Parts: sequence; C-alpha cells; structure tokens
Amino acid sequence: MCLGLPGRVVELTPGGHLARVDVAGVVRDINLELLDGPFEPGDYVLVHSGFALERMSADEARDALGVFMP
Amino acid sequence: MKFVDEFRDPAAARALVAAIRDLADGGGDGGQVFKFMEVCGGHTHTIYRHGIEHLLPPSVELVHGPGCPVCVIPMGRVDDAMWLAEKPDTIFTSFGDMMRVPGSRGSLLEAKARGADVRFVYSPLDSLRIAIENPDKHVVFFAVGFETTAPSTAVTLVRAKDLGVTNFSVFCNHVTIVPPIKAILDSPDLRLDGFLGPGHVSTVVGNRPYRFVTEVYRKPIVVAGFEPLDILASVHMLLAQIREGRCEVENQYSRVVPEEGNPQAIALLSQVFELRPHFEWRGLGFISQSALKLNDDYAEFDAELRFDMPGIRVADPKACQCGEVLKGVIKPWECKVFGTACTPETPIGTCMVSPEGACAAYYNFGRLHRETAMMVGQRSELPVLTK
Repeated sequence: MCLGLPGRVVELTPGGHLARVDVAGVVRDINLELLDGPFEPGDYVLVHSGFALERMSADEARDALGVFMP
Repeated sequence: MKFVDEFRDPAAARALVAAIRDLADGGGDGGQVFKFMEVCGGHTHTIYRHGIEHLLPPSVELVHGPGCPVCVIPMGRVDDAMWLAEKPDTIFTSFGDMMRVPGSRGSLLEAKARGADVRFVYSPLDSLRIAIENPDKHVVFFAVGFETTAPSTAVTLVRAKDLGVTNFSVFCNHVTIVPPIKAILDSPDLRLDGFLGPGHVSTVVGNRPYRFVTEVYRKPIVVAGFEPLDILASVHMLLAQIREGRCEVENQYSRVVPEEGNPQAIALLSQVFELRPHFEWRGLGFISQSALKLNDDYAEFDAELRFDMPGIRVADPKACQCGEVLKGVIKPWECKVFGTACTPETPIGTCMVSPEGACAAYYNFGRLHRETAMMVGQRSELPVLTK
C-alpha cells in the first residue's frame, strides 16, 4: 500500500497541478499539489497513488551509494 | 530505472553482507541473535522478493511488523465496505489490494461478481472523477492506508468540497504508524533489538515521531529505503549503533525522506482529519488514537455519518493466525493453514492477500524448502532464487 516508485517528470501541464510523469516506462498524469514548485522536465519525484509525495535527491542517492562502495 | 537499479548491485550487496556478518558475530558475545523488526510491509516484500533473509547470517533475524494497511483492517470493516458496495445506486471504489480481502460474506471482488458496481481506482482523485461523471449515483471511496496515503485522500476531499460535489463520500480507514509501534514495544511477546523504520510514511511525517523509540524504549531505529541495498545498509547501521553503544533515529533513505517530512501534506491532514478515540486493528486489538476520521468541516463526506452502516465487530476465522504474524510472534510458515487452506488464490487471512502481507510475500517468493534455501543463500555467489 505504501508502495512508492521513482518517476521522471516528462512534461508539465500549463497552469495546472499536473505533470506527465514516467514511472518505470508508464507515463501518466501525476498530481504535484503536495510539493513546492517549480518543476522542470527531468526532475525525479516519488510517486504514490497518483501523487508526487517528495522530490528525489541525486546527491543524497550518490552519498548513500558511496557507503556501499568503499 | 534511476534510483532503483544502482540499489540492487550484487557486488555491493556481497560487501554489505560480509560487513554485517563481521559486526553481528564479532562482538565476543557468541550465540547472540539480533532481532530487528521491519515495520513496513513494503520492506517485507523486498526481503522475500530478493531472498535477503537467506543472505543474512544466523545471528541476524528480521521480524515482520504490522505496517501493511490491508492486513490490519479487521473483518467487520470489510463487511461494512461490502454493505456499502451492495447498496442500490452506489459505485464503490477501492485500491486493488482491498478487493480480495475476505469479509464474513466474501470479498469485494465477489460482491462485484454478484452484480455490485465495484471499481478499482489508482488514486482517490479517480473516484471523485467517477462521481462527477455519474451525478445520479453515489460514489464511495474505500480509504485505506497509513500517512503515506492519507494526504491523497485529503487533497481529494478538499477538491470535492471546493467543487461542491454532493454524491461522493469516503469510508475512512486511514491509520497512523506510531501507535502500533508503541503497542508492539509494550507487548510482552517479543524482544526486539531495533527497528527498520517505514521509509514512505516518513516522507510525510519525517523522522521526529520515532524519537520515543530511542528515548523511552532505548531501541535504535533506522528509516530505510525499499531496495535490497537499502535493507542491508539499514541492518548494518542498526548493528553499528549497537556495537558503538549508540541509540539514535538514523535516516538511511535520505534520497527521499527529509528530516521534517512534507509540511504541505501534514497541514492537509490536520485540515481534513481528526484522530479517532480508538480503532480496532487485526491482531493488535483496539489501539487508542491510532486512526483518522473526517473532521466536522468534512462531515458531509463521511460515509459512516451519511449511511446507517452495520458496524458489527466480527471475530477472525479460528484457523487464521494473522494476528500473531502481524505482531511478529510467528513466521508465516508457522501458521497452521499457511500454503494449504490459505493461499493467495483463496486467502483466509489478510496477510495472504496484499503483496505486502508477510504470508503472501513468503508464499510468492520464498516457497521452496527452507533448508535448501539457507544453503543456497550461504554460497558466495548471489543466487537467483527460483521456485
């Protein structure tokens, strides 16, 4: 139920809270109301039940991976 | 997929497993077994899907927790959902995982087969759209889930109120994560050495709500991501805390989880919901202030106020041991009906229904001979586990 997947913003809907987001190859409308904008194509968000819950940080991901790869 | 593939790297997993073994077995306290509970069902799914429990040394045991919202809904609430679904001129909408959960008169899927208009939705906003498209029907959304899911219900209710939609209501079963963790810590059944914290709940609530685990109960907790390396790294972080004499809330999943959570989502939750005085959890019984209901401002959308629902408490089937599984007291395969009378096709209990349920996860990914699995897991090469 708490399944969340990384999604890549493909296209923003002008004026709306929606964006076309690519989640594992499936592109669908995702609601961005729970986050502060602005967004740009290429941004990564965590997608859950049709909503972007949080932005994803490439820097933090790199740091986490640095711990695994001594 | 970015943010996923790199967290499944076999070489890094091997290095982490070796480091875990050094920490767990290297304390000069031979024979000690560290028991860590993964609170979230999403973690349980990852652990079985990737065979992680067979990679860990015997001195580290993962215990499955109650963080599967489908699993903890008591049977009486499923019966209430069925009652709503079978009302005339009603469209009942639900996330897919609730459709096969058995009530005392079958599941929502069976109600649909009998002619009720029951529909899967991906988002609560889809339910609202169905209501707008069907003004002559009443549309109910079966709201289930922890703090991860509740904000999407809240946005939908705010939208429904703004638009003045009158044929839409929510059967609210949203629950909160902290009270069941506390109930498990207070339970005499289980001795735990630490927790893997629920990563996606924490995107909303942040890391602060778990401080009582370290401050009051003196157990370490690491908020963990959902890929195999996330789980292994979090286990390593828990062991490091214990070996270094620390007891802290740590965040392994910092690529998604901010320290303070999501302030917009938290504000929306308090705008729309209030805490129920108590709520029944399958296996854990009544827990006070552990669930959400719509507050007075949104009472017009509350299905429980709008309809005279039966609200009868129904006991679980006698053979079902989901309660013990949810509390981590027994493992799925120790249940009397696991894999025989109770399978994902014909589940008796909720833990066999949801992909996050410990029983379904074990049945789908680990259902090979346990001793063989342990041998395969102890090999130096990472195995591909096949049924």
